[in-house]
Formats: sequence, structure tokens, C-alpha cells
Amino acid sequence: MAGNAWRSLLTQAVGVAVRKPALASASFSRGVKTVTMIPGDGIGPEISAAVMKIFEAAKAPITWEERNVTAIKGPGGRWMIPPDAKESMDRSKIGLKGPLKTPIAAGHPSMNLLLRKTFDLYANVRPCVSIEGYKTPYTDVNLVTIRENTEGEYSGIEHMIVDGVVQSIKLITENASRRIAEYAFEYARNNKRTSVTAVHKANIMRMSDGLFLRKCREVAENYKDIKFTEMYLDTVCLNMVQDPTQFDVLVMPNLYGDILSDLCAGLIGGLGVTPSGNIGANGVAIFESVHGTAPDIAGMDLANPTALLLSAVMMLRHMGLHDHADKIQTACFDTIRDKKVLTKDLGGSAKCSEFTAEICRRVQDLDE
Amino acid sequence: MVLYRVLSSSPNKPANALQSTLLNMQETIREPMVQDPTQFDVLVMPNLYGDILSDLCAGLIGGLGVTPSGNIGANGVAIFESVHGTAPDIAGKDLANPTALLLSAVMMLRHMGLHGHAKKIESACFDTIRDRKVLTKDLGGNSKCSEFTEAICQRMKDMD
Repeated sequence: MAGNAWRSLLTQAVGVAVRKPALASASFSRGVKTVTMIPGDGIGPEISAAVMKIFEAAKAPITWEERNVTAIKGPGGRWMIPPDAKESMDRSKIGLKGPLKTPIAAGHPSMNLLLRKTFDLYANVRPCVSIEGYKTPYTDVNLVTIRENTEGEYSGIEHMIVDGVVQSIKLITENASRRIAEYAFEYARNNKRTSVTAVHKANIMRMSDGLFLRKCREVAENYKDIKFTEMYLDTVCLNMVQDPTQFDVLVMPNLYGDILSDLCAGLIGGLGVTPSGNIGANGVAIFESVHGTAPDIAGMDLANPTALLLSAVMMLRHMGLHDHADKIQTACFDTIRDKKVLTKDLGGSAKCSEFTAEICRRVQDLDE
Repeated sequence: MVLYRVLSSSPNKPANALQSTLLNMQETIREPMVQDPTQFDVLVMPNLYGDILSDLCAGLIGGLGVTPSGNIGANGVAIFESVHGTAPDIAGKDLANPTALLLSAVMMLRHMGLHGHAKKIESACFDTIRDRKVLTKDLGGNSKCSEFTEAICQRMKDMD
């Protein structure tokens, strides 16, 4: 942990001097990859520290660059993320983010929205896998929700027609639909998944969902090795709560994705144990825990780092570091299955540091 | 595509606050629903969310084959209905499960204030299912629709 902190401090100190385009490849020198770490607020710093500690124990070839993304007002009065954070992300391409708190200051934008727009994070990916040892009413869940995250029902286009009558515009474009469909099929292929299901309500929203569905069908033609199916959103929800094992990869527009991704997180135990990744244009990807900042327990060494850790594991897989990913994931799941050292939300009474130490120990044992 | 949403006027709350309460409920309801549905009571929501949540909740109790439904109209009109499909593959074969339509009819009786009859029919139906002796195929048994129906009728006679 100290080594990583020192290295990241050094990187920040000398970063300005050596930040030249030619050294963009430096992030991959000696096989060590740079990742932009955004600890976040509340319990963010402590769970980030836990993840860095576990990565060190696993000898993962990652060097962390810590950055703060709290929005500042740029020239012209527009809100933006701090330039050094943007620069780091543009260079490293990979980010790991803890929970963010949006300041209450008047007019302050949502932090997550700002990040999304800055890096064109168009796909939100959540793998939901049942965690053995953390019992929920559902077992053997193993699915992935892929949500289009730039348009749809959340385009923010609303207006009042007359007093008491409001319209909200759902925007669906060919480009965004094709892009998310392509990502879903690529993901399925790269992760050896069997099928992709498009979730929609094209029977009701014929033009918008119809366009989305058409693009999915077109893309499916280029991925004959992956089975493509279509299902109405309400039918998916009905079936999801009765038997989630029937689902594999699900791709859908924004609102449906917002709903289904949380629903599926609930099936495996909630946001405290669910990983999440955001894929952007230009090769950028930001992995994040999607739970809150938990201010009531911040700084008390009580937090559960599982969600952020599993997101970091997702990140390792994205980078092709599958061995390290498997090792850390196994250590994490074994610790939970063993039930001896669990944080309070998992049903135990261990501190965050104890839980982290236990995972580190298992990671090191796996090496022997 | 245009979604219409009518905001109920509330003089004390600005429109944004009301909207954000609605949105927050949506985000925080999905996950808890599958973890512990017992924490919920009556849920009211706009059209799309209702389409989704009503099917999700039907799934929690066993699916559309056992879920009642009612539609309330202006001018005092109300139409109660089963929301499952027509099942053409088993039509006319005395294999269907009438539970969804029966529970919708019970809902109808309550709507009409006929609570005594509603209670009687509902108890007979639930007791028959709980007893597991006479169940249609979809409920895990191998009885005919007419046998299941007869079992419910018999229980009601016994209650009298």
C-alpha cells in the first residue's frame, strides 16, 4: 500500500514535467498499466485504499494515479471536471471510481452526468453473478445488463405545453442504437457468452423502440455465433423474478437499463456487491461501485469494499489481465463463502481493514 | 417519440421537487422489491413504470396465471380481467386454470361492496390451492379445470 501511494505521489509530482504525447505509451511500459483512481466521497477513500492494497497483494501490474473529479467552473462559466483529471483519464484510458456526492451548490451538475458527457460513456455494463455465501432468494444468477447511457428517456428534453400538461421527449438515434448493439455483441463474444437479448417495448413505442430493435437485428447479422432474441421489458421483469437463470446478456435503451440493472443487482444482493463498468468512445472505460457514499459510516473502517473490488476485477478483465482478475475474484468470493470475516452489511462484524486483510491473505495463498 | 406525463399540481412544492421524488422512488424501488417485497404497500405510478412494476410484482407471487387485475374508468365504469393470454394450445380441453379470472372476480365483488361473498370465494380458492390435492397442471397438479372448479364449489358449500 505504501509503495503504491509513494508511486502515485511521485507520478503526480513529476507527471506535469513528463506529460508529453510521446510518453502516452509509458502507461504500458514494463507491462505496468496506469489507471486513474477516483476515490470519491464518504467511504470512497477507504474502499479505494482497500482495493489498492488487495491489488498489491495480488501483484497486479497496475500503477494508480489518484484524481479528484469534483466539478469546477471553467472559462465561460461552464462546469467541467478538473483538467488534470481529464488529462489523466485521456492518457490512461482506464478509470476506477468510488461513490461521488453531488455538492448542493446551486446549479451544480450531477457528477456522474458530467463524467458521462466528458468521456461519452455510452454503455453501462453490469455483470450480475450470484455470490456463494451471500444468500439471496435467487441462486445461480449469471447475467449481464448492457444499458445505452446517452439518450433515450433521459435526454432531458422536457417542456410544458400548458399549465398542468408536460411533455418529455424520448430520443432514440440510429447511431447510438447501433453503437450499443455492437458493444453488446462484442462483449458477448469476448466473454464467451451464448446469447444477447434486446429488451424493448416496440409494440407500444413503435418508432423509437422500433428503431432500437431494428439496429440490434442488423448488428446480430454480423454475429451469427451469438444467439439473438427479443423480449418485451414487462415480460423480462415478470420472468426475471421467477427464474433469472434463463437470462444471459441483455441490451436495452436507457430507462429500461436503469431499471433492469438495479433489479438484477437486487437479485444478487444489492448495490453493495454489484460491479459496474462504463464504456466510452476513444477507448476510455471507467469502472465504478454504484452504491452511495454512506456518510454515516465514512472514516470508521466499517465499509464493504466488495462492489469496488469486483468493479476493479471487471477492469482487469477489460485490460486482458484475466489471471489477476480470477485470483482476486476467487479470494474475494472465498472470503465471503467462508463467512468468518465479513463486514456488517454482509452479516458479520469485521472491520473493512480485517475483511481486506483476509482477502489479501487468500490472494497470497493462491500464489503458493 | 413523445411521452406525456401529467404532473399533479401541488401549490407548496415546485414542479422539480415533485418530479425528483417520483424519480427517486423509481430508482430505489427496483432493488428492494426483489430483496424484500413485504416492505411495500400501495404503489402509485405513471403508465410505463406501472406496466413494468405490475408484471414484476405478478412474477413475485407466481405469474400472470394467478394474478387479478382491475381497470377503473370514469363515470363509475370498472372492468376486471385476467391478464394472461388465450392459451390456444389448451383451449377447449378442460385444462385451464381459472384462478386469475376468479381472483379478478373476487376483486370485482369487493369493488361492489359484496365483501362477504368475496371472502368466501377467495378462501375456498386459496384453501384448495393450499391443500394441493386438486390442482391444475400449471399449479403442479394434474386435475382438469372442471375438477378444480368443483373442488372450490364443494369447499364453499362446506363453509355454509
